[in-house]
Amino acid sequence: MNGAVTRPLKELPQQASHASPWDYFALLKPRVMSLVIFTALVGMVAAVSTGAGIHPLLAAISLLAIAVGAGASGALNMWWDADIDALMARTIGRPIPRGLVPAPEAAGFGGILSALSVALLALASNYVAAGLLAFTIFFYLVIYSMWLKRLTPQNIVIGGAAGALPPVVGWAAISGSAPIEAWILFGIIFLWTPPHFWALALYREGDYARAGVPMMPVVKGERSTKRQIFIYAVILAFAGAAPYFVGMAGPFYLAVASALGAWFVWLSFGVLRSEPGEKELPKRLFGFSILYLFAIFAAILIEDLWVIYG
Amino acid sequence: MDELSPEERKKRGQRNVAIALLIGAFVAIIYLVTMLKIGANIASGNP
Repeated sequence: MNGAVTRPLKELPQQASHASPWDYFALLKPRVMSLVIFTALVGMVAAVSTGAGIHPLLAAISLLAIAVGAGASGALNMWWDADIDALMARTIGRPIPRGLVPAPEAAGFGGILSALSVALLALASNYVAAGLLAFTIFFYLVIYSMWLKRLTPQNIVIGGAAGALPPVVGWAAISGSAPIEAWILFGIIFLWTPPHFWALALYREGDYARAGVPMMPVVKGERSTKRQIFIYAVILAFAGAAPYFVGMAGPFYLAVASALGAWFVWLSFGVLRSEPGEKELPKRLFGFSILYLFAIFAAILIEDLWVIYG
Repeated sequence: MDELSPEERKKRGQRNVAIALLIGAFVAIIYLVTMLKIGANIASGNP
């Protein structure tokens, strides 16, 4: 399916002379960037806890490069999706649909920041991390934004890999490699992404339908989406405990991940049982999913800091 | 080319300052990375 509404970018209002530096900063999707910084930091600290290490200032610069790379991919995404962003209530306030930043400028801005962030990461840490960051930006722009987003309801399942890579990039920035433990962190975010975005799509379904984006509720309906959210929540609850069972986390982490994983499943069950058209429960699940990811990564961070400094 | 309004002129000035600060910060970061890498190589006895 490819029913997305498109229109030439030149039809969008463009008043570059009204843009402030903050409008360009908004192109970087600061809220997404903050999650990337946090998960990459957890990957870095986890790598340090295994005995790897680089100079703390180089680690901080590497984290900055990862953050800028994530922001750059956000700007490129806003450039590519400017036409559909202008049709959705959630995204209509972004700088391009508002006419503050011309779409080609956003593309140039994102492209330059992508190149600089990858180069900076290569200089500050190593080529493995820089290669992974470049791949993340490529995956988010080309595989997710350009190809999958308007093509299939599995868009965010596959595209979620881009959002799941930052802890692997962070780990590689410290150790120069990406061991299985880093990919376990990747797996947790990868499995977390579908229920997170489908919960959002359940209460923003009208937005996606209007823009012609084939999100799961638009294409397969509410019932099927709720069932899949529940299945992913159950798998995620088990996957969330994996760090304990491979020895990269301790009992504190297991307690946090188990309790929050069970609550995630319970909330998803509530969504599954909810009436058609119910918006409040998916909204609650969406909010909780953010807390879930933050809390279990914070638990890993606390345990690893304890290992390093305790 | 149209004349810029005072508001547009102010925004352009802000953008110019932001670009100058970011380029300065980037140069400082590259300098810092270079010094740290050279320092580490000297400390480990590498040429």
